[in-house]
Amino acid sequence: MQDNQMTSEEIVDRYFLEHRAKVLDIAAFLDRIDRSGSKEKDFRIIALLKCIDELQSGDENRTKRILELLSDHSVEPIDIASTKGASGAPPTS
Amino acid sequence: MMAYIDPHIHMVSRTTDDYQRMAQAGCVAITEPAFWAGFDRSSSQGFFDYFRQLTDTEPKRAATYGIKHHCWLCINPKEAEDVGFAREVISIIPEFLDCPTVLGIGEIGLNKNSKNELIILEEQLALAESTNQLVLVHTPHLEDKLKGTNLIMDAIDNTSLDPTRVLIDHVEEHTIKSVLDRGFWAGMTLYPDSKCTPQRAADCIEMYGTERLWINSAGDWGPSDPLAVPKCRLELASRGHSEELINTISFGNPLDFLSKSGKFSIS
Ligand SMILES: [Zn+2]
Repeated sequence: MQDNQMTSEEIVDRYFLEHRAKVLDIAAFLDRIDRSGSKEKDFRIIALLKCIDELQSGDENRTKRILELLSDHSVEPIDIASTKGASGAPPTS
Repeated sequence: MMAYIDPHIHMVSRTTDDYQRMAQAGCVAITEPAFWAGFDRSSSQGFFDYFRQLTDTEPKRAATYGIKHHCWLCINPKEAEDVGFAREVISIIPEFLDCPTVLGIGEIGLNKNSKNELIILEEQLALAESTNQLVLVHTPHLEDKLKGTNLIMDAIDNTSLDPTRVLIDHVEEHTIKSVLDRGFWAGMTLYPDSKCTPQRAADCIEMYGTERLWINSAGDWGPSDPLAVPKCRLELASRGHSEELINTISFGNPLDFLSKSGKFSIS
């Protein structure tokens, strides 16, 4: 395969601040939902929190594992497409 | 400046400023698949006009900026739930297939993975089979992608289509390996909020190599970036990848796949 030419230190130097900001965005997003006062957790937020747990479990293929957590794992075509959009998380996760 | 090809972009939704910026960034050719316009057309005549725009108007607009324009024709999966309507649209495709800039059938595929979408996908695969066309495949969004990609690959396996003449687009980390392992070409779409970012696409190239793989912007009327391909090239260069690798993923590979149509040219 094609090796990335950067050392791990160079990778951290280059991308750390960008991803630090992304973690803060997630934290602020969750705080914003809490401040709205709703007790019920949206299925998408439940899925997002599962993804955050997944980040910490094991070292390999985090991106693939998270995409799989966010996927519909049924195999048969559905009867009718009643909407065009996708929500980003499987409805029953 | 190295030339590049953006093999999937919806220029009918973009401005001439975008053409100019793409040309300035090194774009020499694009291919434009037929897709959903953001609303449902009210008649098959709407598609006839759209196909004229793709085969006649858009190549002229692109030529102003020295960019070669080719296209793919189909009814997209978002308008395929009404099977009767979809069949009307399919019936007008053959008269356009001889146009010198039409490269094949696309972007066909699935959206919500419904039974009717699958029927219309199969009928368009049959059209590609009987007319010996290349195929460009759209895979579903977000939670529907994994299931849809598998259903699509199974449907293609049930035809006599050669997988090396089919490109399955919008792959991500959970679908790229199975698409490549089953012999298809794969496309990574560089989007700001969904699909792949330029950084993740560069990661996939590092993990899976460049064989049978291309990158595209899929720029359209939604959040998207018509300069995503040069941004990914920059990302690869900044990580120390060779000019050869960058050229392969953003020029050589699209040239190889598109040339199988016998109609693609950059001059
Ligand atoms: Zn598209």
